[in-house]
Amino acid sequence: MSAHRRGFRFGATGLALAALLLSATACGGTTRENSGNDPGAGNQASGAANPDAQIREGLKIAFLPKQVNNPYFTVSDNGGKTAVTEIKGEFKEVGPSEASASSQVSYINTLSQQGMDVIVTSANDPNAICGALNQAKAAGAKIVTFDSDTKPECRQIFVNQVTAEGIAENQVKLISEQIGGAGEIAILSATANATNQNAWIELMKQQLTKPEYSKIKLVTVAYGNDDDQKSFQETQGLLQSYPNLKGIISPTTVGVAAAARYLSGSQYKGKVKLTGLGTPNQMRQYVKDGTVDAFALWNPADLGYLAAYAGAALAAGQITGAEGEKFTAGKLGEYTVGKDGVVVLGPPTVFDKNNIDKFDF
Amino acid sequence: MSLTDTGTPHRRTGNPPTGAGRHRRGLTERLLAVRELSLLLALGALILVTTLRNDRFLSGQSVKDLLLGCAILVILAVGQTLVIVTRNVDLSVGSILGLVAFATGSLFLAAPGTPWPVAVLLGVALGAGCGAVNGGLIAVAKVPALVITLGTLYAFRGIDYYWASGRQINAADMPRSFLRLGNQTVLGVPLLFLAAVVVVAVVGYYLRSYRSGRELYAIGSEPAAARLSGIPVGRRVFAVFVANGALAGLAGVLYAARFGTLDAAAGTGLELQVVAAAVVGGVAIFGGSGSAYGAALGAVLLTTIGSSLAVLRIDPFWQQAVVGALILAAIGLDRLLALRMAARLRGRSAHGA
Amino acid sequence: MAHDSLYAAPSSSSAETERRTGRLTGLRGVLGSWDVAVVVALVVAALLAGVSVESFATGRNVQFLLLDLVPLAMLALPMTLIVITGEIDLSVASTVGLCSTVMGQLWLSSGLSLELICVLVVLLGAVLGAVNGVFVTGFGLPSLAVTIGTLALYRGLSFVVLGDQAVADFPASWTAAAVRDIPGTSIPVAVLPVLLLALVFGVVLHATAAGRALYAMGNNDQAATFAGVSVARTKFWLFVASGAVCGLVGIFWTLRYASARGDNATGLELTVVTAVLLGGVSIFGGRGGLLGVVAGVLLLGVLRNALQLADVDANALTIVTGALLVASVVLPNAVADVRARLHRRRQRANPVAP
Repeated sequence: MSAHRRGFRFGATGLALAALLLSATACGGTTRENSGNDPGAGNQASGAANPDAQIREGLKIAFLPKQVNNPYFTVSDNGGKTAVTEIKGEFKEVGPSEASASSQVSYINTLSQQGMDVIVTSANDPNAICGALNQAKAAGAKIVTFDSDTKPECRQIFVNQVTAEGIAENQVKLISEQIGGAGEIAILSATANATNQNAWIELMKQQLTKPEYSKIKLVTVAYGNDDDQKSFQETQGLLQSYPNLKGIISPTTVGVAAAARYLSGSQYKGKVKLTGLGTPNQMRQYVKDGTVDAFALWNPADLGYLAAYAGAALAAGQITGAEGEKFTAGKLGEYTVGKDGVVVLGPPTVFDKNNIDKFDF
Repeated sequence: MSLTDTGTPHRRTGNPPTGAGRHRRGLTERLLAVRELSLLLALGALILVTTLRNDRFLSGQSVKDLLLGCAILVILAVGQTLVIVTRNVDLSVGSILGLVAFATGSLFLAAPGTPWPVAVLLGVALGAGCGAVNGGLIAVAKVPALVITLGTLYAFRGIDYYWASGRQINAADMPRSFLRLGNQTVLGVPLLFLAAVVVVAVVGYYLRSYRSGRELYAIGSEPAAARLSGIPVGRRVFAVFVANGALAGLAGVLYAARFGTLDAAAGTGLELQVVAAAVVGGVAIFGGSGSAYGAALGAVLLTTIGSSLAVLRIDPFWQQAVVGALILAAIGLDRLLALRMAARLRGRSAHGA
Repeated sequence: MAHDSLYAAPSSSSAETERRTGRLTGLRGVLGSWDVAVVVALVVAALLAGVSVESFATGRNVQFLLLDLVPLAMLALPMTLIVITGEIDLSVASTVGLCSTVMGQLWLSSGLSLELICVLVVLLGAVLGAVNGVFVTGFGLPSLAVTIGTLALYRGLSFVVLGDQAVADFPASWTAAAVRDIPGTSIPVAVLPVLLLALVFGVVLHATAAGRALYAMGNNDQAATFAGVSVARTKFWLFVASGAVCGLVGIFWTLRYASARGDNATGLELTVVTAVLLGGVSIFGGRGGLLGVVAGVLLLGVLRNALQLADVDANALTIVTGALLVASVVLPNAVADVRARLHRRRQRANPVAP
């Protein structure tokens, strides 16, 4: 009996050892200090741009959103489709059904394999898809990111919905107007590693140091993980933990809708103010029943539209991603490439009960 | 060591009620009562600690939120109890809930005038249909429910995604009378919670007092013995999956009424919480024991933990880890109790001999 | 023990015993050819995809395909052995996630060398597997329930370790090594350790007494015990091996995507179980082989890759995975049923003296 057992234990131990050896392959002692991480060669704007180049017909442009089941990306990808149709290209939308970085990698590989001219993507992780994007770039595709950026060296253009400063300024101004310029406020964010959310929150804190906001106090930042139920529970927790709360800023479409739903069914309706970034369709009801006075968002369809044009301009050689280059994006007019290859869509739109019925997205 | 006393024949429920059998039954019921009592104590302690830290935790609004929050999980946990008692498991409930919730929203989108009772009935029927798919496959394939429902977890969710294809249904698309179901209170108690209480009472009474309900325990204790004693095992198990599907469907409709905003991801990952609630509530994963009341209490406890973490401002990332730890603790505890009981019974029969 | 309460077929009864024994021989016949069937299906699928899907049969695509399959293939190896003994490990993906975040956290804040961190991570994986093993064999709990518990626990802990942050500044030489090709080919280097592990597991399973004992356990725990095999110990070490392999996969995953995150490898356990069952391992234990599983892994990879290249919707892919899982357990039983019925009819047609 023990022969079997011993044999097996030796086998298992041997396996574990083999595993250890396998894992400890390369040379000795790579530590964080001596690893000398070079941040890459920066944004390679190779060759000269030719502003007068024509966009050729039949460009293959693919949209790869964070996930295909997200209504926000459905709208922005449809904007992209409009643009691609205008320039007589071939449009395609693919993507994972769950927002994970690793599954985006396999889609990027597939797109590059299919010989796409332009890949327009929104990154689930700023680093994880870099390798695949660089490979696709080497195979000849132009890379545009929108909504959520990767590291700058992994793409040619990032189409930013607004500047982070623009968002922060807008949100703080909205909440200040609504609570009468004084009192405690909280922020209900998405996930703690969402690049853009964190940038906005930092800048909101800077805004709040301005003298006109000196009576407003930010008490906490809660995270709803862009999950409806979680955001709902977090709102509930905020109101219980901070009895003097006057207002909430939720700069995420999922969070602001969940928070609005909680407030509209609670005793705090109309007393605790809520603003944030939300879509008119989700928020219409709460604006009309008085839970929410005003909120803001960029137009996601325009965002996709601009990203598609930026990609086409890259493919045509009108721009290379260098600062100062200009291109025309159909109905939206002319745009200039900023520092690090960033193109900004424009200031956010504020929605309130006077204008909300004019929008459908 | 670990091997196993399941071979000892006098542990089966399917036996004629000998003296030992009667004792055992009394003992089991006492043990269950102890379990329910200890759950209540744990719940009380949790509420006390949280309230001491923040007295608003027991305010009317907060209690209302809590009752509202646990209703859906309670319904699902009770349905799962039916399944687990027969020594099966249904991992596809989260996907069924998501599919039915989206279907309900689509129904109102297509036919805005639909009265809400019709929507509830259709939702329950769709859920029961999904349950019948599970039950049918299990009957045909004669494979563990775990594998089948793991497969349908992805299949139902995939159908949901495919159907929704990125669309979202908003509160504005659904009639007010329907949405009111999710928020209305009767004497301060949310309607949703009352619905859950009715479900618990009906299923609890059925399991305890109906012949076919007792037979479910016999099936879970030992399918072969149950079959020998003339219980239609296949039919009962199929019926249990249909019933669980129907309850998941009901939960899906209520989910739609409560949350108003629906996309295809509704209820993702819920199955873990449901199984955890049932197991924490004393429903033995081996089958053959547990009550609907216990499972309901387990669900209330899990929901309360979720809310307390938010109120105590503990890193919310701990929540899932706590769920996992609770599952392990609960099945470990069950095992310990079962071993104790077996030891006591052995002692007793030794005396008797 | 545990597995008999879990995997009891809902319909088993002594009235049926006779039929079942009849079926078992039929089942063996079917499963013996199941290996072959999977290999044939793989070849057919690859050929069809090569002919009909543009740019499937290129070197670069082979590289992409294999890289995507490395974690799946590695995890399927110990899973095969575990399922053959009649147990299951649903916590593998969460273990990979926790190993990945711990690796990230150590790199971020401990100042240890990456080599040492990798060793620690594999040890961590082994410890996490040992926890499963203790609960299953020490306390005699069903592995399904235990590993559903640790699935939630380990995933929860991996979010506790890094929150929703990601650690991404691993040295470029390491992250490049994870995706490098064997010089002169389009086969990733990472395939080599997979082959090595497959060889080790294959030899253990098919060419040692311990391996044969695994089948005995899957067929009947008690018989195995009487035959002199320590069931509990063997199973314990299997869970440890599974955990250690999860540690390796955690390292590979982290380096390949250059990113340690709490949600790494979420949901991978379903794909692993699907591949193992597709490869002809019986969920009741006692049956199946490593060749079939390797073919199953490749078949799954080829199907997904080809469907993706053919622009099939991601949601349809989800349905395909679920349907494959159900089909791979329903089909063998249905075929066996038909065979048994045919067999009986034949027996009835020309009755033989008892």
